[in-house]
Amino acid sequence: MTLTRIAGALMLTGLLATQGIAHAKDLVVGVSWSNFQEERWKRDESAIKAALQKLGAKYISADAQGSNEKQLADIEGLISRGANALIVLAYDADAVLPAVQKAKEEGVPVLAYDRLIQDPGVLYLTFDNVEVGRIQAREVFRARPAGNYVFIKGSPTDPNADFLHKGQLDVLGGAIKAGKIKVVGEQYTEGWSPEVAQKNMEQILTKNANKVDAVVASNDGTAGGAVAAMKAQALTGVPVSGQDADIAALNRVARGEQTVTVFKDTRTLGEAAGQFAVAMAKGTKPGAVKGAATWNGGTKKIAISSVFLKPVAITADNLGYVIDAGWASKAQVCAGVDAAKAPKACK
Amino acid sequence: MNALFQKTGFDPRFTSMVLVLLAVWAGLSALTGGVFLTPRNLYNLSIQTCVTGVMACGMVYLIVARQIDLSVGSLLAFTGMLIAYTQVQVFPPEAGWGWPLSLAIGIAAGVAVGAFQGWWVAYRQVPAFVVTLAGYLMYRGAAFLVADGQTIAPLHPSYQLLGGGMSGSIGATASWLLAAAACAAVVWQRWQARRTRARYEAAQLPLWADGLRVVLQCAAIVGFVAVMNSYTGLDAAQQRVAKGIAVPVLILIGVVAALTFVSQRTRFGRYVFAFGGNPEAALLSGIPTLRVQLYLFMLMGALAALAGMITTARLNSGANSIGQMAELYVIAAAVIGGTSLSGGVGSIPGCIVGALLIQSLDNGMVLLDVTSAKRQILIGLVLIAAVWFDVVYNRKAAR
Repeated sequence: MTLTRIAGALMLTGLLATQGIAHAKDLVVGVSWSNFQEERWKRDESAIKAALQKLGAKYISADAQGSNEKQLADIEGLISRGANALIVLAYDADAVLPAVQKAKEEGVPVLAYDRLIQDPGVLYLTFDNVEVGRIQAREVFRARPAGNYVFIKGSPTDPNADFLHKGQLDVLGGAIKAGKIKVVGEQYTEGWSPEVAQKNMEQILTKNANKVDAVVASNDGTAGGAVAAMKAQALTGVPVSGQDADIAALNRVARGEQTVTVFKDTRTLGEAAGQFAVAMAKGTKPGAVKGAATWNGGTKKIAISSVFLKPVAITADNLGYVIDAGWASKAQVCAGVDAAKAPKACK
Repeated sequence: MNALFQKTGFDPRFTSMVLVLLAVWAGLSALTGGVFLTPRNLYNLSIQTCVTGVMACGMVYLIVARQIDLSVGSLLAFTGMLIAYTQVQVFPPEAGWGWPLSLAIGIAAGVAVGAFQGWWVAYRQVPAFVVTLAGYLMYRGAAFLVADGQTIAPLHPSYQLLGGGMSGSIGATASWLLAAAACAAVVWQRWQARRTRARYEAAQLPLWADGLRVVLQCAAIVGFVAVMNSYTGLDAAQQRVAKGIAVPVLILIGVVAALTFVSQRTRFGRYVFAFGGNPEAALLSGIPTLRVQLYLFMLMGALAALAGMITTARLNSGANSIGQMAELYVIAAAVIGGTSLSGGVGSIPGCIVGALLIQSLDNGMVLLDVTSAKRQILIGLVLIAAVWFDVVYNRKAAR
């Protein structure tokens, strides 16, 4: 995977060389962030910056701070500052559409970064969130193929929360219909907040007198809340899923408190975004970038050119993957792990 | 009805709040087939209420003094992150002294931030709404910066006790001893009040009315402890033990007792209410109004840090996304509890009932599988109903 990426980058730089470096230097890529608050976007930003620098394009950005209105103004601002291509992390998939329309009128191509923008002209680049949900369900199902299941879903305002849940049901739907799996609790988590997940899990445990066999949580923060709720009831060994490869979650996987977390190397995402944005700024159509396919799984069923990157399941068996990737150190992952029960990566 | 309240000296506002709460409990119990009123769920409810409750106590003071603090949720996240970060990353994680020190740092930071806000409000006359709205943004950002957005876990086992959890309660015997002490205090306090009134030949409530009040208060205390003790949970050794009062609840009780005492018995408490009732008159009568405002924000900062402590200890991790919308729930609890947004009026026990009411609805509706969107709508409606009730009540009282 890394090799093909490097090869792709080399090809692109080769392409640039033939077109003349001086010309490439004039390219400007504008990035509109929805909300720079969260841990991960920083890593994304440095990956995008690095990719752009390698290709000789200039990086400009704006942070909408979680406001639809500000994002519209931001995007207009980026266009007037001379952006030749835009990378947009939409705060809201629909509210951002007027700005995308504006960009189209100005002839500026738009890359929908990680979050869907339902417009046929954009290139949608993300990790396959439905696949993330499938991985979560698959690993939990492997550990506990029957019994009482709880779904701790993501934020009701985030479309990814529903994609994840769809993927989870892709895997578990059959067993639920067959009656092998009983859904005893299902709640959204406002703002993906761990303490909300904790309260919801406490109530679900109370309602079911602790008869819960598996928890499909949609990210690592909510998984942490669910684990804390179960710990307070001295419930151990219940399979729990997560996502994001948070260091705290990797540590829980090493300790055996969480079954799986899904690793989406955002550096890959950022790098691809930088390369695609430059390519589109040079006139490549969204449908013609490497790996693009047409996808119409959004709520409006619009056909959109998309590139989906593959997420990786991290369990106790392959914790070494994140350590080797330089995502987390061995000391962080293995902190406080009982030597007798330690997974391979911690030995 | 009013005559009865007058005769017994019961606060009609507070009494009706408690009756509403009991009615809500009865309703939720019926809808959940009794699950809501099981000792286990009430034990959960008591812990779930702590974070909002602790901060609501400070908010009552602030609103009484015609101020507001919109930054408490962000400040909770910032101080909570600071505690978690220093505990795990700065001090040696296994050391016994690390977590108390980290806690001290967190509370000191809360007080310092409170002083910063109070200074702008009191000495630079920037409206509290603006200063704390700015704080709402700033401390959320600061919470992110503490650990660059990372979630920090696990925390020290002793520290985790502060959030409840598996062993985070004081057990049956200690709970009963505490109940006995509390009842004794209630009786003694009432008796002292009667003696003082007799000494000054002030109007005395009938003996039976005071007796009824003491009996009801003691019954509430004993009932609460009996319920907490009848909840048996597994401990670390998989043994069933009676839980008793949870540590965070004990912290909340401590805060409530201290702040009730301050509001009724100390000069500072009287200053706050005098200032809230009529700022100009308070200033003219020589009350150091600026300093009072400064202290109020510092107090609020300390309480937000305490709430941050409970949240992180309970979660066994520090995450910068904690405390979102907490400011709204805290203000709602104070207002539902009878604190008037025009200042001068408010009660600490009232805000606890308000916090309990909000949390009960949230708690019960998850048991009923109600979605979060519908829960928010209902809690919003309750807020309007509570304030409307106040308006009607005040109009009647004024007549």
